[in-house]
Amino acid sequence: MSDPGRDIVGALAALALMLTNGVVLIYMLRKVLGRFHLRLGPMRVGWRGLLQTPMDVVKLLTKEDFEPAMTDKWVFRLAPLVVFVPSFAAYLPLAFSPTLRFAGLETGALFILTALAIIPVGVLMAGWASNSKWSLLGGMRATAQQIAYEVPLLLALVGPVMLAGSLDMTEIVLSQQGAWLGVLPRWYVIPQFGAFVLFFIAALAELNQTPFDMSVAESELVEGFANEYSGMKFAFFFLAEFSNSFIIAALMVTLFFGGWLVPFVDPGLTAPIAPVVFLVKVYLVIFVLMWIRATLPRIRIDQLLAFGWKGMIPFGLLWILSTGLVMKLAEVTG
Amino acid sequence: MPERRSHSMPEALPGSIPAEGAVVASRLPVGLRRVPRGVDELATEHLVVNMGPQHPSTHGVLHILLELDGEEVIAAEASLGYLHRGIEKLAESRRYNQITTLVDRADYASGIHSEWAYALAVEELLGIEAPPKAQWIRALMGEINRLASHLLWYGTFGLDSGAMGPFLYCMRDREALLDILETVTGQRMMFNYVRPGGVAMDLPPEAEPMIRKFVAGFPRALSEFHDLITGNEIIQARIKGIGTIDAQTALAFGMTGGCLRGAGVPWDVRTAKPYGPYQQLDFSVPLGTVGDTWDRYMVRMEEMEQSLRMVGQLLEGIPEGEHMAKVPKVLRPPAGEAYACVESPRGELGIHLVSDGSDTPARMRMRSPALYNLSVIDEVLPGCLIADVVVIVGSLDIVLGEIDR
Repeated sequence: MSDPGRDIVGALAALALMLTNGVVLIYMLRKVLGRFHLRLGPMRVGWRGLLQTPMDVVKLLTKEDFEPAMTDKWVFRLAPLVVFVPSFAAYLPLAFSPTLRFAGLETGALFILTALAIIPVGVLMAGWASNSKWSLLGGMRATAQQIAYEVPLLLALVGPVMLAGSLDMTEIVLSQQGAWLGVLPRWYVIPQFGAFVLFFIAALAELNQTPFDMSVAESELVEGFANEYSGMKFAFFFLAEFSNSFIIAALMVTLFFGGWLVPFVDPGLTAPIAPVVFLVKVYLVIFVLMWIRATLPRIRIDQLLAFGWKGMIPFGLLWILSTGLVMKLAEVTG
Repeated sequence: MPERRSHSMPEALPGSIPAEGAVVASRLPVGLRRVPRGVDELATEHLVVNMGPQHPSTHGVLHILLELDGEEVIAAEASLGYLHRGIEKLAESRRYNQITTLVDRADYASGIHSEWAYALAVEELLGIEAPPKAQWIRALMGEINRLASHLLWYGTFGLDSGAMGPFLYCMRDREALLDILETVTGQRMMFNYVRPGGVAMDLPPEAEPMIRKFVAGFPRALSEFHDLITGNEIIQARIKGIGTIDAQTALAFGMTGGCLRGAGVPWDVRTAKPYGPYQQLDFSVPLGTVGDTWDRYMVRMEEMEQSLRMVGQLLEGIPEGEHMAKVPKVLRPPAGEAYACVESPRGELGIHLVSDGSDTPARMRMRSPALYNLSVIDEVLPGCLIADVVVIVGSLDIVLGEIDR
C-alpha cells in the first residue's frame, strides 16, 4: 500500500514536469527545426528567443475561448481533455532513477501504452464535433493510423519485457546493468534490435510525427482534427503532442537504452545524477525525432496503413516468436 | 405592416414546373457542374469539400471542389477567378510601353518571360527587332528567372509532399538569383526590364561576378536537392505512377511546358519556334516517358541543369552593341495583329496583340500555359486520394496570377 500523500505529490510533480517539458520542447523544436532549415528560429523575444514560448502560452491563455457555430458543444469541449488527461497519466509510471518515480506501478510499461491508446478517442471526438469536413477527415485518419500502429508498438514492447521478466519500469532498467563480454553494454537495443526498429517506427506514427503526420497533414488537411480549435483548447492538444513525444522517448530509453545507466560505470557512482542521465538520453531521442521531422516528406495514408498491418505486425509477431525460441534454447543449453 | 410578413414560397408555381435536373442544379455549390453521386453501394455518403481558396497547398487562391468517398476523389472541379485583375482589359487603356508592368503581374514568379513575350509581340507589330545584345541579356535574365521559378516550384512541391526542409534550402539559392535580378533590373520581382525594342538597362559590371559565383556553386546545391527529395523512398512511392497524363491527353488539353514534356512530347518553344539567341546555344530538352508526377518532377529538375548550362553560355557570349533599339517614346504600331510566344517556366506563354494604329492596343490576349495545364485536373484527379491531389496539382506548377490574370 502506498501513502496517499506521496501519491498526490507524485501526481503534482508529474503535472509540473509535463507543463515545463512542453515549454522546453516547443522552444527546442523551433530552434532545432530552424537550424536544420538554415534559419535561426525565434530570436526576438528575450535572449535568443527564450521568452517566445512563455509569451505564446500567455497568448493562448488570454485568447477568446471561441467555439464555431453548430459544433457538438460537449464533445467539442471534452475532446481536448480526453487527449490531455491520458497523456498526463502516462507520466506516472516513468522511473528516473532506482528510487525517483512518480508512482510505483508493477505494470508500468503496459500502463503507458494503455493510457496512450485512449488518445485516438479524443482526436476522433475533436474531429467529429468540430462540424468541419477537414477536421472529420483528420480525426478519421488519426484513428485509423493510431489503431494500426498501437499494435506494433505493443508487440515491440514484448521482447524487452520478456528479457527483463517484468513490466515495471525500474526493473526493466535494472536488468540492463553490466556488459556482455565486457565490451557491449547490456542494453536491450542490441539483442532486441528488431524490436527497437519496430518500436521506433511505430512511435513515429503514434506521435503523429513526420513521415506519419497524417492527422495534421498541413499541406492536405490544413491542421486536421485541430482545425477549429483555438486558445486553451488548442493548447491542450498542442501540449499533449509534446508530452507524448517525451513519454515515448522515455519509454524507448527505458526499454532499449538502459534508462539512467551509464555504460561501464558502476550504477552506484552515477546514482546522484541518474535523473540527469535519463533526461539527457530522452532529449537525445527527441532530437532524433525532430531531425526526422525536419527532413522527411509524408507518406500516404493507404501506404501507411498497408505498411502497418501487412509489414510491421507480422514482423512483430515473428520477432516475439524468435525471442521466445532463443530464450528457451539458452535456458535448455544452459 | 404587410411588408414584414414572412412569406412562404410555393413549392412550384402553377404552370411552370421546372425540370428535375434544373431544380437540383440550382442547389449545387458555385462551380460544381454536376450532382454529387451521393450514396454508393456501401450506403456511405459522398462528401463535397472545398479545397481552397484558403488552403496551404493550392499555390495561391485555387479553389477545387472535391467530391470524396472517404479519402478517394470521385470528382474534382476547379473554380477559378479569385485573382482576376482584368489585366487583358486594363491593357486596352494603357500605352504600349506601360503594359510591361501589367504582364509582369500575371505570372509573378517569372516576370521576365511575360515581358519578353509582350515585347516580341510589339516588336512584330512595329516590324523591328531588338539588337543582339538585348536579346542575349533577355535570354540570360530569362534563364535566371526560370531557375528562380523552378526553385520556387521545387520548394513548394516539397511542402506539398510534407517535407518542410527543401523549401528553405531552395529559398537560399533563389535568394542569390533574386539578388542577381535585383542588381540587373532593379527589382526582385515585377521587373519591368524587358521593353519593346530591347531591355531597360545594360548589364551592370557587378552582375557578372555574381552570376559566375552562382553558376559555380549551384551544381552542389542541385545535388543537395536531389538528395533531399529525388532519392527519397517515400517520395518515390508517392509520386511514381500517380497522376499519369499521357501524351494524347496532354495534347488534347493544350498542355505545354514541363507537363507536356513529362509525357514525352518534345515540344519546347525554344527549339520548336526559336526566338532570341536560343538557336546559338547548346542545350537539350529533357523528356519524360509515361507522364506521371515523377516524370514531370524529373523533367523540371533536369531543366534546371540545362538552364544552368545556358546561363554559363549566355554570359560568355553576350555581343557588343546597344541594349535598346531606336524606338519612339510613344509607340503607335500600324494596324494589324501579332502573336508571339516564349517558353516560360510553365510552358508556352503567348501574347496576342491587336493594334488599331493608336497608342493603345485594341485587344491583348495572354495564352496562359498554367491555365491549360490546370484544366487537366478534371481528368486526372478522380480515383486519387486527397494526398495525391495536393502532389499532382503541385507537379503541374501553377501560378494563379497567370491563370486568373
